[in-house]
Amino acid sequence: MVAQESHEHAAPQGFIRKYVFSLDHKVIGLQYYFLALTAVFVGMVLSLLMRIHLVWPSATLPLFGDIKPETYLSLVTMHGTIMVFFVLTTAPQGGFGNYFLPIQIGAPDMAFPVLNMLSFWTTFVAFLVMVAAFFVVGGAPLHGWTGYAPLSALPSAGPGEGLGADLWITSIALFCVASLMGALNFLTTTLDLRARGMSMMRMPLTCWSWFITAILGLLAFGVLLSAGILLLMDRNLGTSFYVPLGTVNGQLTGHRGGSPLLWQHLFWFFGHPEVYIAILPGMGVASQVLSTFSRKPIFGYKAMVYAMLAIGLLGFMVWGHHMFMSGMSPYSAFAFSIMTMAIGVPSAIKTFNWLGTLHRGRIQFDSPMLFAIGFVSLFVSGGLSGPFLAQPTLDIPLHDTAFVPAHFHLIMGVAAIFGIFAATYYWFPKMFGRMMNERLGRIHFLFTLIGTYCIFMPMHYLGLAGQPRRYSQLTEVAYLHHLIPLNRFITYAAIITVTAQLVFLFNLFWSMFKGPKASDNPWRATTLEWTTATPPPHDNFAGRTPVVNHGPYEYSVPGAPRDYIMQTDPATVAAH
Amino acid sequence: MASFTPTVPMAPPRTSRDDRGRVPPVDGGGGGGREPGSGSPNYRTRLRRARLGLGVALVPILMLFVSFTSAYIVRRGLPTLDPSTNQLVHDWLPVQLPTLLFLLNTCVLVVSSLTLELARRQLQREAALEPVQSMGVSLGQERKIPWLAITIVLGFCFLAGQWMAWQTLQLQGFYVATAPSSSFIYLLTGCHALHLFGGILALLAAGVATLLHRPLDSRRIVVDVAAWYWHFMALLWIYILALLEVAR
Amino acid sequence: MGLVLLCVIWLITFVSTYFFVAKTWWLPTGASAAAAAIDHQFAITFVLMGIVFIAAQLALGLFAWQYRDTGSGKGASYSHGNTRLEIIWTTLTAILFIGLNLAGGPIWARERFQPAQEDATRVEVTGMQFAWYFRYPGPDGKFGVTKPELVDPSTGGEGALGLDPADPASKDDVVTGIMEVPVNRQVEVILRAHDVIHSFFVPNMRFKQDAVPGLAIHMHFTPTETGDYEIACAELCGLGHYKMHGMLKVVSQDDFDKWLAAREAEKQ
Repeated sequence: MVAQESHEHAAPQGFIRKYVFSLDHKVIGLQYYFLALTAVFVGMVLSLLMRIHLVWPSATLPLFGDIKPETYLSLVTMHGTIMVFFVLTTAPQGGFGNYFLPIQIGAPDMAFPVLNMLSFWTTFVAFLVMVAAFFVVGGAPLHGWTGYAPLSALPSAGPGEGLGADLWITSIALFCVASLMGALNFLTTTLDLRARGMSMMRMPLTCWSWFITAILGLLAFGVLLSAGILLLMDRNLGTSFYVPLGTVNGQLTGHRGGSPLLWQHLFWFFGHPEVYIAILPGMGVASQVLSTFSRKPIFGYKAMVYAMLAIGLLGFMVWGHHMFMSGMSPYSAFAFSIMTMAIGVPSAIKTFNWLGTLHRGRIQFDSPMLFAIGFVSLFVSGGLSGPFLAQPTLDIPLHDTAFVPAHFHLIMGVAAIFGIFAATYYWFPKMFGRMMNERLGRIHFLFTLIGTYCIFMPMHYLGLAGQPRRYSQLTEVAYLHHLIPLNRFITYAAIITVTAQLVFLFNLFWSMFKGPKASDNPWRATTLEWTTATPPPHDNFAGRTPVVNHGPYEYSVPGAPRDYIMQTDPATVAAH
Repeated sequence: MASFTPTVPMAPPRTSRDDRGRVPPVDGGGGGGREPGSGSPNYRTRLRRARLGLGVALVPILMLFVSFTSAYIVRRGLPTLDPSTNQLVHDWLPVQLPTLLFLLNTCVLVVSSLTLELARRQLQREAALEPVQSMGVSLGQERKIPWLAITIVLGFCFLAGQWMAWQTLQLQGFYVATAPSSSFIYLLTGCHALHLFGGILALLAAGVATLLHRPLDSRRIVVDVAAWYWHFMALLWIYILALLEVAR
Repeated sequence: MGLVLLCVIWLITFVSTYFFVAKTWWLPTGASAAAAAIDHQFAITFVLMGIVFIAAQLALGLFAWQYRDTGSGKGASYSHGNTRLEIIWTTLTAILFIGLNLAGGPIWARERFQPAQEDATRVEVTGMQFAWYFRYPGPDGKFGVTKPELVDPSTGGEGALGLDPADPASKDDVVTGIMEVPVNRQVEVILRAHDVIHSFFVPNMRFKQDAVPGLAIHMHFTPTETGDYEIACAELCGLGHYKMHGMLKVVSQDDFDKWLAAREAEKQ
């Protein structure tokens, strides 16, 4: 046996081994990222079609033609599903987490590189299966991303509920398996591959966020898988887990005794941790970027860690707040609502600490920082509508109205996306060896911040006025007519905001090839990825193993020669 | 199976337990092993990592069956609305389980757990003796019982036995969709069987690796991890059987 | 850029707040006994969250500008945090959030923990793709049996519900497409669904409840103003979800009695 084991897989040769079936976590991270980028553009197009149909129901669109009510609902379903799974659960964790977790903890790769590769390709196949639902007989399902049974369990309940729904469930099941494989890798890597000196409490908050997200995924995706298995059985094997005795259009369904609420419990037991899976990495990135560009340590590092742990833990105890109106026991509703209000507390702590980081800092407004600051603003806005929905009394008028999408879009659909943008602008130099264009970054930021506020802030008003969710048009219910002009405003804002994303897309691809070359540490940051070459070599640290002597955010330390101390700098200053 | 050969860096990274001042090896990891027991520190690292990975992997599998269990318990006690009387009625139909057959299968599975343990220890002894044998010293023709192969056969026997149990249920008229109780029986036993089959595949891979004379350390890790997985599957089966019998 | 950030964030804050305060688009007028309490709880939450919203956004914008790097060489202040401050604002936040929730508890209890009163007007509300049907028990006070196998939407009211003609209690059941109830008297609704989940939502009554197949959910509310109030389906139920609406007519007790008597007479 060779005395000195080299890195298990030597740098691969050949295009297929280097870029397609790569075992390198950096390549896999980029693969996830570009999959998510594709998915987000598909998702945005779907949302534009939705918004246009909502306010101009009889419009005939070029290429897409007439949009029928069932088509609208399948757009709604696929938009939500693709965004939640293939963007928000893919880019922050699979994309940036895969790329930077090993490097930030000083490891040469993930614990299980082959598993890593498998988890990406399974996600990819899942995406193909999902998109395939559009092209089969009946089209994509119309039951919403939440897939409530019996609507999702009965092929006769609507167009798209046939093969399209089966493909949707299968895609999600594949995604579950892929995510679980990924979570396995993240947890093992974080626990077992940290470099010497990299204790858990010296890890960057990004690593903590990926770690806790992986725990959430590990516990939640198995339950979603179980829900999907039961749904497939109801649809294809004639079982009645979810479907009670009943009729569709006068025809007996052939089921009896099932409970529609069972689906809701299983789905939301997964669904609520899922939204924390979507936001936690963004919180980690926000902390990282705010600290770097304020030239200040993150305010209250320990509190930030405990807050994320609390959010993760409490996140498993609040699922019933999606079910206040469901027919669930009102007593358990009250219990769930107390837990839900409790989870607002760690979120508030994090917000205070982000503000505390900016306070008395020396702020630089590079693009990553703009998006991090935007993240905080959006998190505040989106988060504060939570306490309304968390109270069952107030949920009575607000449940299933536009108030709910206003809440979750500001948090997931914008703040988490700003987290992805911040991460992109921040780590682009390290990944591609070039700088993105600052001016384009600012234009992108301003259009997107203002644009998304114009889209989603008005939705609160619509919800208060009683506009229900998932209506394909507002013409049939009289009290909704006066809300159409505001809906038009939102649609215009959406068109402009989506168009503005082309600026980002151009900046991204142009800079990859033509951007000015980047140094190893253009942001003068402290964490381990900035100690290595740009882009990093195959085994991340060119044969050296980092030894860590400092915490992750030692900026502006009094008496230090520079305003940042890298984690691997010698231990001359008092360790933290 | 490649997924059980994890990355080994040039200098094996230590965990935070070491940041109180232990000196890391300057280069490579070949000569640093001072821990008791067989195997280089490289092997021990890989084994620890693989076991950690398995421990993590067992959590979602557990969650899957926890989820099925809670659906089972709730459904069993759930009254359903009978529209003809506007009353809530319980419609749970207990199934006559092929208990004897299930118990026989349980024995098969428990025995297979034992044989797999023997296979694991057999490999351990082989590894301890390897430096001696590689020097040319012959320890006599050791009659090696093929514990791994026996386990694989027993695993297939278990699956065959489960199939027979399904046939018995169907003879009684209980198919997947006959009643909620029967749906759950097929669901629980079917998912367990599927996971066990995955374990069999891992053992087959280890067997093929033996025939192809792959490195002993890698084979040991595969068998070790598969053994823990297998034991977990055996315990899971006992739990499922207990649930089906007690909460019939 | 710091100034731009401050202006943009403050502008967004002020514009959003303006439309909330001006109530340009707001909750529809409350016309039930629960509305006042619910709206009051809403107002408290709204004011408290509004204060936090404004304070946080203004602070964010202010800090972005105030602590911008002016190139003057003044460094950032090195600090890992302030544990005492953490404890203080954590405690205050917890008191605020949990207090808010507990304050709303009695309203929820009143609306949901207690069953309907004995003398409530009983109406069975059944949702199906894509219409609402309402059934009154008639003079015998009993709802007749319905059977799924008898369901035939094409034959109108009784057929749509699958009313069993063999059951004597069915004979006097009144099935309508419009829900009419007397004012100032509690209404007990028994919510049912045939196919998929629907939701019975009457914004003016501050009332919403999912109608779940396989369940008969008993709820109550008390209308306090006469008028016509639209019912909207508030749970995605298929392609006709957007047009599954109904009408709740709240009339005087006399008008209701007359109307019901006329419907019951038709059943003879």
